[in-house]
Amino acid sequence: MTTTPLSPVSAPSTHKSPRFSVARGLMYLGLTIATLFFLLPIYLLVVTAFKTPDAINLATTWQLPKFLNWASFSDAWAKVGGNMGNSLFLAMTATAISAMLGSLNGYALSKWRFRGANTLFAFMLFGMFIPYQSVLIPLFQFIKSLGLYGSIWGLILAHVVYGIPITTLIFRNFYADVPDALVEAATIDGAGFWSIYSKVIFPISVPGFVVVIIWQFTQVWNEFLFAATLTSSGSQPVTYALSQLAGGQAVSWNLPMAGAILAAIPTLLVYIVLGRYFVRGLLAGSVKG
Amino acid sequence: MKRLSTDRLWAIAVLTPSVILLAVFVYGFIFRTAYTSLTDWGNDPAQAFSLTPIIRFIGLQNYHDLFTSNLNARFRQDLVSTLFFTVFFIAGCLGLGLSMALLLDRNPKAEGIWRTIFLFPMSLSFIVTGTIWRWMLQPQGGLNQLFHLNPASNGWLTSRDSVWSFDWNKLPLITATIVGLVLLWVAWLAFRDGQRTRTWVALGCAALLLLWALVIGPNVKLLPAPELHGFNIAFIGIIIAAIWQMSGYTMALYLAGLRGIPEELREASRVDGANEWNTYRHVIFPLLAPITLSAMIILGHISLKIFDLVFAMTGPDNGPTDVPALLMYITSFRQNALAVGAAIGTVLLLLVAVIIIPYLFSQFKTQEGHA
Repeated sequence: MTTTPLSPVSAPSTHKSPRFSVARGLMYLGLTIATLFFLLPIYLLVVTAFKTPDAINLATTWQLPKFLNWASFSDAWAKVGGNMGNSLFLAMTATAISAMLGSLNGYALSKWRFRGANTLFAFMLFGMFIPYQSVLIPLFQFIKSLGLYGSIWGLILAHVVYGIPITTLIFRNFYADVPDALVEAATIDGAGFWSIYSKVIFPISVPGFVVVIIWQFTQVWNEFLFAATLTSSGSQPVTYALSQLAGGQAVSWNLPMAGAILAAIPTLLVYIVLGRYFVRGLLAGSVKG
Repeated sequence: MKRLSTDRLWAIAVLTPSVILLAVFVYGFIFRTAYTSLTDWGNDPAQAFSLTPIIRFIGLQNYHDLFTSNLNARFRQDLVSTLFFTVFFIAGCLGLGLSMALLLDRNPKAEGIWRTIFLFPMSLSFIVTGTIWRWMLQPQGGLNQLFHLNPASNGWLTSRDSVWSFDWNKLPLITATIVGLVLLWVAWLAFRDGQRTRTWVALGCAALLLLWALVIGPNVKLLPAPELHGFNIAFIGIIIAAIWQMSGYTMALYLAGLRGIPEELREASRVDGANEWNTYRHVIFPLLAPITLSAMIILGHISLKIFDLVFAMTGPDNGPTDVPALLMYITSFRQNALAVGAAIGTVLLLLVAVIIIPYLFSQFKTQEGHA
């Protein structure tokens, strides 16, 4: 135990292998218990969604369904399918616009620093943290006065505006890692603000765009408060439709469960396929200057 | 040089639309909400949605009513609930998140898979999480069935019991006592650091507050009759669901922090003869302290704003599991009492601002210096 390993690389293995039995075992036990906590609700969700309404009762809650009843999904689709379409259009449009705005803002803030840029940025960031309840009433009136209440465009506007802080933050931090020398070299070659953006910055921005798009898409897709306040039937996104499906005295739980699966699939897919970038956006949300 | 300044002007021009939008949508709307909260808009339902409502300025009346009028007991219970919710939610997320990060930091096999499992709820909507957990916590199934609990005594979301009740009338007294004790602690810290003036100022303020709490405090009455508020048992289920969704986030933060600790530091500690526990206690945990603070602030502001999870789990009309964010929505858009809703929204903003503004300051103060 007290012998000093010769190279730091081999350190973890030489230290841990002798104590395989107890410590490693406890580690895996802990991980397994945590996994049960995270996966049991998902097991129940999937199992319930595939049951027929009369097969859902006290005694058989945790049992597998006798046969796979796909009807729950088509029933749920009939109720929330249109809202899924709304959500998709909303999330894609709002994400595209706010990603573009964020990229330009981040570029301007990190590569053309002017006096007070950081203070301005801090003022912009505050918008990320405010409880939307504190702007909801004027927002509602404003959207209404534009004639956009009940249309998806009012919701898009809200998501674009309140998405500016986080997209600017992510791009600003991303561009901070781009060497200033690159921009300086381009200025010496006679390039200006826009040509540097289009020829130097934008082409290397793909990873930044991936993080921002994943993050914004997930946020907008999952949002509920604006959805409940600014839309009316026909333009409501899927989170609102799901809350209606699950609310009230729903006896047949297979329907909301199938609806929950449908509403979760897009963001879950994004997470599983592009998890690394998802986590990067997550960590960016904790500011880190 | 001239070239450079045109570029800088472009940078400002590019930022202008976003700045204007945020100035209107964030600061302008906050100002409007604050103004609305000082009026009687919607107290007469007929005026609420008329095209030209008659709105009178009534000063701080709405706030006064929220904190002291008999009609608004629900708001006061919500404030208490949100406090309990925040404490347990943050504690749960930090505890579980740190444990999972420490386990993953020991290089288990298939680390990526464990991490994926712990983090996936983050990608779900609170509405989806709420829908799933509502089913998990049905008295007639789910957890009760799994652990053979008696549905009659384990109502989870339907429970109406409350613990740790205290009288709202005692709020000024309790607040003064707590602030007084904190000031005493500040005085002690200042004394230890040898800061004379700070010690005396803190000590003086503490003495004044505690004296007030002893002599006048017990006689202050916000309400004519005692009013009990406590922690509603039905929140336990919602807190579990919230921890399920957000503890992966804390884990990701801690894991990033742990991975950032250079191996040499751990080595040095081992060479010095520290055992595993002492290495954590004296080397690793202190290095994680800033992450803990960050996580507390992020989780705290999420928990003060929580709305959709409660909406999905117990619905908007369940008194025992109400929170201010939900009450604001109902008050403004169901009961059309816009001014009262605006007042609740403003209180919520103040709660969040108290934790966020110092945080933003600390993040950017150091930077501005060498910008």
